Amino acid sequence: MTIATVETTRVASWRLLLRNPMTVVSAAVLGVVIVVAVAANWIAPFGVNDVDVPNALQPPSGEHWFGTDELGRDVLSRVLVATQASMRVAVVSVAFAVVVGVTVGVIAGYRGGWVDTVFMRVVDVMFAFPVLLLALAVVAILGPGTTTTILAIGIVYTPIFARVARASTLSVRVEPFVQMSRAMGTGNLYILARHIIPNIAGPLIVQTSLSLAFAILSEAALSFLGLGIQPPQPSLGRMIFDSQGFVTMAWWMAVFPGAAIVVIVLAFNLVGDGLRDVLDPKQRTMIEARSKQ
Amino acid sequence: MTDPVLSVRDLRVRIGRREIVHGVAFDLQREQTLGIVGESGSGKTMTALAATGLLDTPGAVVSGSSRLAGETELVGGSARLLRSVHGSKIGFVFQDPGTSLNPLLTLERQITESLETHRKMTRGQATTRALELLEAVGLPDPQTRLHAYPHQLSGGQRQRVMVAIALACDPELLIADEPTTSLDVTTQAQIIDLVRELQQDFGTAVVWISHDLGVIGQVADDVTVLRDGQIVEQGPILDIFDEPQNDYTRELLHARPLVGRAEPAPAPNDAPVLLRVDGLDVRFAVTTPVGRSTVHAVKRLSFEVQRGTTLGLVGESGSGKSTVAGALTGLVEPDTGTAQLDGVEIFGVRGAAAKELRKKIGLVFQDPYSSLNPRARVQTAIDEPLRVHRLAKGKRARRARAAELLELVGLPPSFASRYPHELSGGQRQRVSIARALAAEPELLILDEATASLDVSVQAHVLELLADLQRELGLTYLFIGHDLAVIQQMSHDVLVMRDGEAVEYRPAAELFAEPEHEYTRALLAAVPPARPRAAV
Repeated sequence: MTIATVETTRVASWRLLLRNPMTVVSAAVLGVVIVVAVAANWIAPFGVNDVDVPNALQPPSGEHWFGTDELGRDVLSRVLVATQASMRVAVVSVAFAVVVGVTVGVIAGYRGGWVDTVFMRVVDVMFAFPVLLLALAVVAILGPGTTTTILAIGIVYTPIFARVARASTLSVRVEPFVQMSRAMGTGNLYILARHIIPNIAGPLIVQTSLSLAFAILSEAALSFLGLGIQPPQPSLGRMIFDSQGFVTMAWWMAVFPGAAIVVIVLAFNLVGDGLRDVLDPKQRTMIEARSKQ
Repeated sequence: MTDPVLSVRDLRVRIGRREIVHGVAFDLQREQTLGIVGESGSGKTMTALAATGLLDTPGAVVSGSSRLAGETELVGGSARLLRSVHGSKIGFVFQDPGTSLNPLLTLERQITESLETHRKMTRGQATTRALELLEAVGLPDPQTRLHAYPHQLSGGQRQRVMVAIALACDPELLIADEPTTSLDVTTQAQIIDLVRELQQDFGTAVVWISHDLGVIGQVADDVTVLRDGQIVEQGPILDIFDEPQNDYTRELLHARPLVGRAEPAPAPNDAPVLLRVDGLDVRFAVTTPVGRSTVHAVKRLSFEVQRGTTLGLVGESGSGKSTVAGALTGLVEPDTGTAQLDGVEIFGVRGAAAKELRKKIGLVFQDPYSSLNPRARVQTAIDEPLRVHRLAKGKRARRARAAELLELVGLPPSFASRYPHELSGGQRQRVSIARALAAEPELLILDEATASLDVSVQAHVLELLADLQRELGLTYLFIGHDLAVIQQMSHDVLVMRDGEAVEYRPAAELFAEPEHEYTRALLAAVPPARPRAAV
């Protein structure tokens, strides 16, 4: 008897990802944003709250690349540090949403029955609240601040992850290899960790990157309304809010924080799209064929 | 002599830099059937699709020539030309009757569609013709069925409708791609007869693609044997069956399961009973839009299996045979009945006792593609029972045991580091068997374990199972639908229909003198050793 060797035609996901130029560029941009966010305090040329009133409202120059605001603070330094703050809020709140949402979704989908019904009705109720309204409620209870913002955004994004996780779990749960494990006497925890989670990771990764983009937007909106990150700590939304009174004479005060938001959100979104193309088996065959030509 | 209906010359298909089909050629005359036979991946479907201009795999490049009725060149034909030919001059029947029909349209709409487009019939004319066609393909009560939706039909009925659609415009050529592979054996026999009858009535030429030489023998006048996109042998059916020139053809002929060809090694004398099932009854609650109903899947089934022997459980889809496997492995909750494995109660046990029981009963499923986690290496798959039942302490012990098990099922130990997608169907099924054997079970339940494998691969896996039984003294509950395979494996046979045992006897007696009419029908439906042309 001969053992035929099967040629592996499946290409590693990350290699396919690198074949899409749009994804590569946006991933590079995202990489720069992350580096900037982490190193913001070291690379910022000025202190974020260094007031220099005589030099207030200066346009962009060699010394102040992004100009200065109404108190003479360096806009570049503030954008860098605000990016850090926004990214921190987005990452922590989405991480919260992933942990809570996936746990709820996987348990609901795997266990089924009344657990599923109860969990998912709660999720439905959470889903019914508009983001800002829910955030307002949380702020009203806990008072404004970074922690509140994280909690509010985290709660708002939890139901999305719960639904994605539950839907994927429902389809993986009935796969023969899961049935087989149960017939072998394998415990539920082993099945969840080894069989369910790895097989639902694809859609969750995509959802995570897209949610990060929206979390950045939500944080900016909350801070703009004064409910998010509180001064003196700079935040992108707050900077745009502060620029309103000066927008006719100091465009740079609004444009640079705004551009920062656009770049970050776009990068997350495009990376998310790229990931979806690669991790979705249906789209995947198309891409593989296209890139072979 | 008239021009052949389809004349294919030097047909090649390339995807990227790889050539998949390497210069296939054949001629097909009116009223003739060409059988294309080969294993999965041999390029048989691709050949048929490329020859008829239906290949739409992204990046595929077709070269060579394929002429319809001596004039229309189909390779490289314009979309417009192909549209005018598909459905009107060439009809298609595919393997899966479940997905080939549009679930949202009535049968009437699906049949009349091509009549209105190609034959420019009015709605009324087309409906009349649709009714005639449904009658011709032997669908019961065609008048009412015109307004039925696909989900209201059984698999065999759907495939009849597919044949009706394919023949609607009186095509000169019918392409049938594994049309009976997903059907029960008795239904398969009916569809084969149906296509033959219609072929005589309409004079259609047929290209019949199958991995099963037994089926090809029933339908074809000429045979083309394909392997890796290359013709290994081509000729009239009788020559291929009686004097195969090529080793591969001989291997295919030898691999096909035939009734009366092989029997298992004799059962050990006075072996004690390992599994005893008494009055097993299973009902499922099914929720439908019109309310809840119950399906009585297994009805008061009783049987026993002696240690070291095989009980063959045979039946068609819906007979409840897989439910029996589910009940014994704890996947399905039985309503009434008792079962003991080696004197230990199986049903209703919980906790540690249940775990001990799961260790003693191994299970192998039908589909080698979905019974392994695509994201886990072979080593991880085999590790699972070892870890769950604490059979090998530490990574090194587990690795050694996995290597041992892989060797047992005829795979090199290096396969432990592979992912399922790096294995062929037969290799995956071997891994499934290795995993099932890891906990050293006393009973192995094989639920259609070889049904979705190519015949030659199936022959090897059956051989392996027989060897394992001899060497390890294993006891099998072998569930299947193919009586030839069941005969090859089983000491006792239980024939099931609609959840009931219709015949339960020692295999030798049952095959020598089937008592029940249904058993006889099943036996008659197995393609015989000799092609129909020889009879």
